[in-house]
Amino acid sequence: MTEATRLRSRHMVNNVMLGLTGLFTIIIAGALLFILGYLFINGARNLDFAFFTQLPKPTGETGGGMANAIVGSAKILGMATAIGVPIGFLGGVYLAEYGNKSFAFAVRYLTDLLNGVPSIVIGIFAFTLVVLKAKHFSAFAGGMALGLMMIPISVRSTEEFLRAVPNGLREGALALGTPKWRALATVVIPAAKDGIITGIMLNLARVAGETAPLLFTSLNNRFWSPGINQPTSTLPVMIYTYALSPYDDWHRQAWAAGFVLLMLILTINVSARMILSRSRYSGGR
Amino acid sequence: MHSSETLKVQGEARVPGTKRNPGARAFALRFFSGDEIARALVTISAALILLVTVLLVYELWINSHLAREKFGWHFLTTQVWDPNAGQFGALAFVFGTVVTSFVALLIAVPLGVGAAIFLSELAPPKLSNALTFCIELLAAVPSVIYGLLGVFVLMPLIKQYLHPVLKGTLGWTPLFSGPFYGPSMLVAGIVLAVMILPFIVSVSRQVLLAVPNDQREGALALGATKWESTWKVVVPFAQRGIYGSVFLALARSLGETMAVTMVIGNTPQIKASLFAPGYSIAAVIANEFTEATYDLYVHSLIELGLVLFALTIIINGLARLLVSSTAKFSVSST
Amino acid sequence: MRMKTVISLRLMAAAVMLAPAMLLAQTQVTGAGATFPGPMYTKWFDTYHTAHPEVQINYQAIGSGGGIRQVTEGTVDFGATDGPMNDTQLGDFKTKRGNDVLHFPTVMGAVVPIYNVPGVATALKFTPAALAGIYLGTITKWNDPAIAGPNKGVKLPASDIVVVHRSDGSGTTYIWTDYLSKVSDTWKGKVGANTSPNWPVGLGGAQNAGVAGLVKQTEGSIGYVELIYAVQTNISYGSVQNASGEFVSATLAGVSAAAAAAAAKMPEDFRVSITNAAGKTAYPISSFTWLLVPSKIADAGKKKAIVDFLKWALGDGQNMTEALSYAKLPKEVVAKELKAISKIQ
Repeated sequence: MTEATRLRSRHMVNNVMLGLTGLFTIIIAGALLFILGYLFINGARNLDFAFFTQLPKPTGETGGGMANAIVGSAKILGMATAIGVPIGFLGGVYLAEYGNKSFAFAVRYLTDLLNGVPSIVIGIFAFTLVVLKAKHFSAFAGGMALGLMMIPISVRSTEEFLRAVPNGLREGALALGTPKWRALATVVIPAAKDGIITGIMLNLARVAGETAPLLFTSLNNRFWSPGINQPTSTLPVMIYTYALSPYDDWHRQAWAAGFVLLMLILTINVSARMILSRSRYSGGR
Repeated sequence: MHSSETLKVQGEARVPGTKRNPGARAFALRFFSGDEIARALVTISAALILLVTVLLVYELWINSHLAREKFGWHFLTTQVWDPNAGQFGALAFVFGTVVTSFVALLIAVPLGVGAAIFLSELAPPKLSNALTFCIELLAAVPSVIYGLLGVFVLMPLIKQYLHPVLKGTLGWTPLFSGPFYGPSMLVAGIVLAVMILPFIVSVSRQVLLAVPNDQREGALALGATKWESTWKVVVPFAQRGIYGSVFLALARSLGETMAVTMVIGNTPQIKASLFAPGYSIAAVIANEFTEATYDLYVHSLIELGLVLFALTIIINGLARLLVSSTAKFSVSST
Repeated sequence: MRMKTVISLRLMAAAVMLAPAMLLAQTQVTGAGATFPGPMYTKWFDTYHTAHPEVQINYQAIGSGGGIRQVTEGTVDFGATDGPMNDTQLGDFKTKRGNDVLHFPTVMGAVVPIYNVPGVATALKFTPAALAGIYLGTITKWNDPAIAGPNKGVKLPASDIVVVHRSDGSGTTYIWTDYLSKVSDTWKGKVGANTSPNWPVGLGGAQNAGVAGLVKQTEGSIGYVELIYAVQTNISYGSVQNASGEFVSATLAGVSAAAAAAAAKMPEDFRVSITNAAGKTAYPISSFTWLLVPSKIADAGKKKAIVDFLKWALGDGQNMTEALSYAKLPKEVVAKELKAISKIQ
């Protein structure tokens, strides 16, 4: 093989391979566009006013909506945030500001471990811990399961963003004679606020679509479920139930619900990222 | 850089910082200093996290003891799952879980790493950021929606287009033999591939971006083509991190429940053909956990949970070990 | 600006948490179990709620196995099943809860073989041997003589039969396998009657709905569901040869005929099988379906709600059954049950 042909073939390989990587990128990004487009077409088309205002109809009847599932999801996510975020946030503050070596290592290690636990296993845990002991399925059990899932990311994002706060700020506040807790509460944490809020929002977006841990904690409900001690309907569980049903009308509603859920999650996700990028921008100036 | 932050901070410093009940705070302050309270509060929270995780492992361990005592290691090596006879073996589920995840990796790794190369090495930063953003959003799509799409879109498409092609070209191998009904390990693998792609792309891209520029420049200066410098220098340099991203994705796919349950066919069997339906650990727990009618059955399911837990912990640990040595995680990709 | 968003988000969250609490005080009862009577139960509970707004009965069709397990664990107020609990399960209940569980038949229904065979428009006729063979995996093609024999004139394809069954523990499966056990000794020896048997062949679909869905989507498939699911989803279902040798399509009259003999000599605990019943017009895959109610309910409000509902279901409720393709309970059975209700304490 001559040098010239070798060079030509090397350039051929170069172009082909680089072209391929571009193609792969387009395929993957295309998958997202396809999913969004498909859900938009099939979901938005099947959305109506009743979807947001009515209760589900008895099995096999057409019509009705998922008003209770929307409220149920909001309620469970609210509880999950109330459980997962404070613990995770304070734990993150501990790791970033107080942690001593071996205990902090253990906390960090187990947080990672918790983060890796498959959601279905969290479901088992919440079932044995809450449902079996309380003797009923409840919104609280569902909130508990999702709350547990929120802890690790809360911890790690809080820690990460607190660490990113320049030390000068801390020292400046302490030098003025401010007690450490006051310096943290009024200077350091506010400085990391955008990052921490972003972390919470991304966290929320992640658990908002969780189905598996809710199957045996909040179960489902055809009616409104007052309070937090009753089985409760949620959007993801409704999508699962309706998608596997043999009724065309339920399939339509599953698409509509999928669309609503996805829009909700993407909105949280995108606005979280916007908060972060804006804060980095203003911080960088 | 600091000035604007400080300004912002000072502006907010006037806002009372804590939200605790002032009465209670004053009361507590009489006995402890604020610092002691704050330290106690955060330490308790940290300890709580520790406690919860330990409790989780403990509950799984205690609530599976009947199955562990009765079957021992045979639980993992036998295939019969017969609730009526009280015989429980996890092999078919482990098989289904591993095979579908493997199929997913087979598809997702070349695609994902390829895309990561494009995004880190070729695309202009603005385009790269925009595309990465899109790809990371894929990770935000809920599992149950992937299942929905898998059932109503992917399954019919595969049946109509991909299956005849595979059958025609590779039908002679046991991997692609036998009839195809729709729900199958193949469909589950493909759905999983889409679900794990964002993790591979996002982490691999970060790892590749972290490769120092002189590596690239050195290779190019020696007359290497762009591809050669990327493939022979940059990628090997980032190898550990890329492996890490793959393990991270693997851990995800092993524990994935809803999408798999909806498309895998829920049949506990060990078949060589990817066209055959199978069953995964997570899927069987989702399907049978609420209805296991006696204790040994429940304990066997929880032991399955324990097995899944152990599997993902090991894989996740490997991933973190590999990635943390090369690049930092972003919040969204953990 | 950002602060505002955060605050308004918080307000919204608070409103969401409070809103349901402002609804009127209600008795909340949760039940779970069989999917076979699912459409009937959800319709009943819906109607009952409209008539008695203070009572809200949430029924989740998670499968009969789930109904038995959850009522035994006490995580639901009542269960529902299509296959009566066996003696071991009754014993379990007694040890865990310290009281008994009562079976209350609510309606009767039929399980039908559904199929999706391209090009076949007429209702197929199935012999017991054909159904057993298909589910044992010994009959694998649609044009097998065992299927083609009684279906003269129907052009059956030479394609594979895709067997679909339930993946969850199911009373519908219990009825189906109870029937197969009565008509096939091989089935009885190899598989037996159970809510979640060890299937020799086939794909698993979750719940009646899942099986109907799979059959609808899969060409060449056969499955079994409660009649109403076949009717509501427009899937073709076949007739089955009964003990007298007649091919009978699932009708309410056929189910009632199957129950006639059992109704006369109903045992005290109502646990009785009516599959493969005698009688020329009897549909052979028929069954009662039961509510599982603990004999002792501590919460007085819930107890009253359940007792009242049971009385209503056995009275007015029976008039709604036929619209949903379920058969009314025989009069003797209703009378006997009304007496048994007093056992709930």
